[in-house]
Amino acid sequence: MIDTKNLTIEKAHEAIKNGEYTCRDLALAYLKNIEEKNKEINAYLEVFDDALAQADKAQEMFKNGTAVLMTGIPLAIKDNILFKGHIASASSKILENHVATYDSTAVKKLKQAGAVILGRTNMDEFAMGSSTETSAYGVTHNPYDLTRVPGGSSGGSAAALAADMALVTLGTETCGSVREPSAFCNLVGIKPTYDTCSRHGIIAMGNSLDQVSPFGKNVRDAEIVLECISGYDKEDATSTPPQVVEKVKAKNMKPEMKKIGVPWHLFKEGTDPEVMENFKASIEKFKNAGYEIVDIELPYSKYSLAVYYIIMPAEVSTNLSRFDGIRYGFSTSGKDLVDVYKKSRYGGFGKEARRRILLGTYVLSQGFHDAYYNKAVKIREKIKQEMLEAFKQVDFISTPTVPVLPFKLGEKMSDPVSMYLCDIFSAPANLSGMPAIALPTGFSKTGLPMSIQFTANHFCDQALFDLGKKFEIIK
Amino acid sequence: MEIKDIETLAELARLDLPAEEKDALVGEFSGILEYVDIVRGADVDDVKLAPEHYNAWREDEYTERVFDRESILQQFPDRDGDFLKVKKIL
Repeated sequence: MIDTKNLTIEKAHEAIKNGEYTCRDLALAYLKNIEEKNKEINAYLEVFDDALAQADKAQEMFKNGTAVLMTGIPLAIKDNILFKGHIASASSKILENHVATYDSTAVKKLKQAGAVILGRTNMDEFAMGSSTETSAYGVTHNPYDLTRVPGGSSGGSAAALAADMALVTLGTETCGSVREPSAFCNLVGIKPTYDTCSRHGIIAMGNSLDQVSPFGKNVRDAEIVLECISGYDKEDATSTPPQVVEKVKAKNMKPEMKKIGVPWHLFKEGTDPEVMENFKASIEKFKNAGYEIVDIELPYSKYSLAVYYIIMPAEVSTNLSRFDGIRYGFSTSGKDLVDVYKKSRYGGFGKEARRRILLGTYVLSQGFHDAYYNKAVKIREKIKQEMLEAFKQVDFISTPTVPVLPFKLGEKMSDPVSMYLCDIFSAPANLSGMPAIALPTGFSKTGLPMSIQFTANHFCDQALFDLGKKFEIIK
Repeated sequence: MEIKDIETLAELARLDLPAEEKDALVGEFSGILEYVDIVRGADVDDVKLAPEHYNAWREDEYTERVFDRESILQQFPDRDGDFLKVKKIL
């Protein structure tokens, strides 16, 4: 009997290496958990029928001495990450029958390492949401309280991991889509520096913001997964060449990083009192461990979520124009070609996707382009500049990960703005391209998970892992 | 924002919308736009947008691709042999 609850990647690796169990045994243990739990949680949309074959292949790597840390590790991928020969639907009806014709770079690297991809997980449709309720395939339930949301948009991956239905999982971020569900499901989630991981083969939402992002039950697991999937990729035109990464890293990483800036002014209002108390207690722990806590001001960051809700829909309306019912995906007949487009797009896209397509069309339309899109792009630059400026003074910026506790299913569905506000602290990292990590900080009186977020300068992802590991000791 | 504005956007975005959704969108749009309108107050006069663009093109060299033709053809909603079938355009 494998103790999946307390398992880590390194423990599993050692156990397989020492012959305590095989890759197949490990995969079977997780498949059993899925069998028992997925019905009520709905984290997985599909368990791949080649999972055990992948496990047997991984076992070969142990036999012939080519095994690495990720070999044989059972994981789940979000439904917007392409895995050749398998359905990737972005949890949308418009892609319900879409079979990936190639591997995303992330999957290619996982396959090379011999990881075992168990299945694909539920998400908000096209990653548009903060609760996994906009999926065309039903809501996902939070394993800590089945009446509540797991967060989103990578809620399926978060719930799968929190319920031990995988050892690690992959999500994607556009604005908090891994950090927010990490906070709601008591997990570690890292949004790496923009284009640390290739976006090749990831169904795009907002290209200038999207990033593959791992979940782990602990910091080290998330670190191992990120190491496996990151790196320069010529298939992604925005991928950063290694010499640039090294140059920026050398400039931004310091031998001792112990100064934490807190922009209190950003969250003095609108944050749940229990979340606020918990955040202060975590900051106090860092202080007691010898970290210096500094008040900082980020005047432009208060615009970040509004800026995000202009730039993201603009990119969404452009990206999603490719889904037209002609070459692949859902299609309905119509009286002429334009009618086929309109009917297929109405029938294929859900309500939130339609809303964001229209919003993006609006902010890019003649007469409004300057007031919205161009203005937002300029504020985005200001936000990035003020964060770069802040990092001259401090090593990390900290806020609560989410201003609220995991909410009830359905609670925010009729009020888009209140749903959008869940990601208010997430936006600066995506807009500036900087890495940010969410770390679990315990539970509320009602037993719901809470979390603290740290942002670091470009390519200081390693500093976030080091800080996270330190927190695992001092908390 | 009025119904006719939503209709114009829907036309531009090639979306067929039922009447009740148009009604609902008028209200939802005003809520969202009221929120994002705070950007109007931001002072960005001094921002000169000079993005650090560089050429990421590659040489046009032959490389083996993993795509296989049939897996792409199989995705067509409507086909005639190896041809993709669409409604008459002209």
